[in-house]
Amino acid sequence: MTLHAKLSTGLMLPFNMLDRMMPMHVILDAVGRLVHLGPTIAKMMGPGAAIGTALLNHIELRRPVGVVDFAALTPHSGARLTLALTVAPHLPLRGVMMALPQGGAILDISLGLSFARAVADFGLTLADFSPCDQTVDLLYLHEANTSTARLSRHLSERLHAAHASAQFEARTDVLTGLSNRRAIDDELSILLSANQHDFSLMHLDLDLFKHVNDTHGHAAGDAVLIAVGRILGRDLRRNDFPARVGGDEFLVILRPSLAPSVAGRIATRLIGRIEKPIRFEDVWCQISASIGIVSTKQYARRPSVERMLADADTALYRAKKDGRGRFALFGGGKPIMEDAPEGTERRKAGRRAR
Amino acid sequence: MHGMINRALQGFLVATYGPDIWAEVRSQADLRFTDFESMLHYNDKVTVACFDAAKEVLHQPPNALLEDLGTFLITHPPLDPLRRLLRFGGGTFTEFVLTLDELSDRGRLAIPDVELPEITVLQDDANIFRLQATWALPGIGPILLGALRAMADDYGTLALVDLDGIRNGAECLRVVIHDANHAEGRSFVLAAASG
Repeated sequence: MTLHAKLSTGLMLPFNMLDRMMPMHVILDAVGRLVHLGPTIAKMMGPGAAIGTALLNHIELRRPVGVVDFAALTPHSGARLTLALTVAPHLPLRGVMMALPQGGAILDISLGLSFARAVADFGLTLADFSPCDQTVDLLYLHEANTSTARLSRHLSERLHAAHASAQFEARTDVLTGLSNRRAIDDELSILLSANQHDFSLMHLDLDLFKHVNDTHGHAAGDAVLIAVGRILGRDLRRNDFPARVGGDEFLVILRPSLAPSVAGRIATRLIGRIEKPIRFEDVWCQISASIGIVSTKQYARRPSVERMLADADTALYRAKKDGRGRFALFGGGKPIMEDAPEGTERRKAGRRAR
Repeated sequence: MHGMINRALQGFLVATYGPDIWAEVRSQADLRFTDFESMLHYNDKVTVACFDAAKEVLHQPPNALLEDLGTFLITHPPLDPLRRLLRFGGGTFTEFVLTLDELSDRGRLAIPDVELPEITVLQDDANIFRLQATWALPGIGPILLGALRAMADDYGTLALVDLDGIRNGAECLRVVIHDANHAEGRSFVLAAASG
């Protein structure tokens, strides 16, 4: 008989060969009792899995369902089995069983997708796997993925933080730490397009600021601006929104909207605070402020951002004209007639006068 | 070069010589940023400029610096994930050396666009191996020298690793394994520590 003819009838393999090539196999006798266990599955099943005991005492068969004894399993020869060890019911494993020509059966088992947990729970090592088994490569990949995902997440977090801080800086007045023109313009257009909550808009312009700058220098001017920024940042309500929008010009969104008398009180209080002399090195700088106020409540329809800014500016111009260090409510705080002229000319004149 | 590799060079310089040296290297190499980003790509020129600057600043011969870098990659505790990934290569140091020809594929499995050296492993004898490594940049020989010596320690194996010249563009090394169970070695269990 040639070697080819001998081999073509099938193989008789010693257990030690199977152990290396399929370390998770189980050899069963005709009634499903353990005859031999591969070293890895023996390690996993533990000392309870003695030779001669029934396979179904050591595994739970999950699929196919309804298999109650070994005889019911044999028709599933060659099919994919889902099972778990009774010592580790939380780890679903895969298996395939074939009847052996000389009687009995061989069942091979793999870790399936439970590989990471199974390797941890059973303390498996490289030597527990066949060199052909890619479980170890899966573990490698799993671990490599975890590491790179962590790096990607760190990168995203750093980029997010950098983006947030760039956005914050782009919307902040560097000197006072208040919001800047861009920030308050955005806020106004959001509030006005929302058409929901009423608010008041205050336009505040420092008086005598130029004098401080001219007499004591720009550093003193900066100190004064910082002090005013602090007053606006601290003395307003939590929902109010102060911004520095020009050299010595500030805008404040006051929300909710204030009744004319309350708006007047707040403006007077702010002016009082700002008029307190501000110390810069060894000089005391004395300034004041004029304020114009308008409320969304005064409009029959939601005004545009430009319209509201122009009206606050018009009120400010009136306060300045009336003698500085005071406030004025646009239109006296009363509802504005629908077709009242915008007062663009006055606004231009006001800018020139200051 | 992949950011991961540049980042390794930066990590080595910072951990070994301190942040001031790294700042000096950066300024000499004209890097306009503080840190390499592991997940980005950089022109090879940047990597070379950085390495050349490090040589100058540290007054070190290039091979010594590269060998130390190789050792650092295996032994620096925060880089333990890398050491672990390498240990997947084999249960023994001999197996590890024999599977070095899979290194670049393993690297790509972890990070698809990382450029690890292509290594050919020739076995002269049961315990004598010759490695031929090619890489995008010169200097992979001494880096592998440091890394392989550290890996031998990691496995607890007594092995002699030496540079063996450059042939046909490949940097060659010779590995002689004397005692596979020379010392305890560092632990490696397949299961990753959680977290």
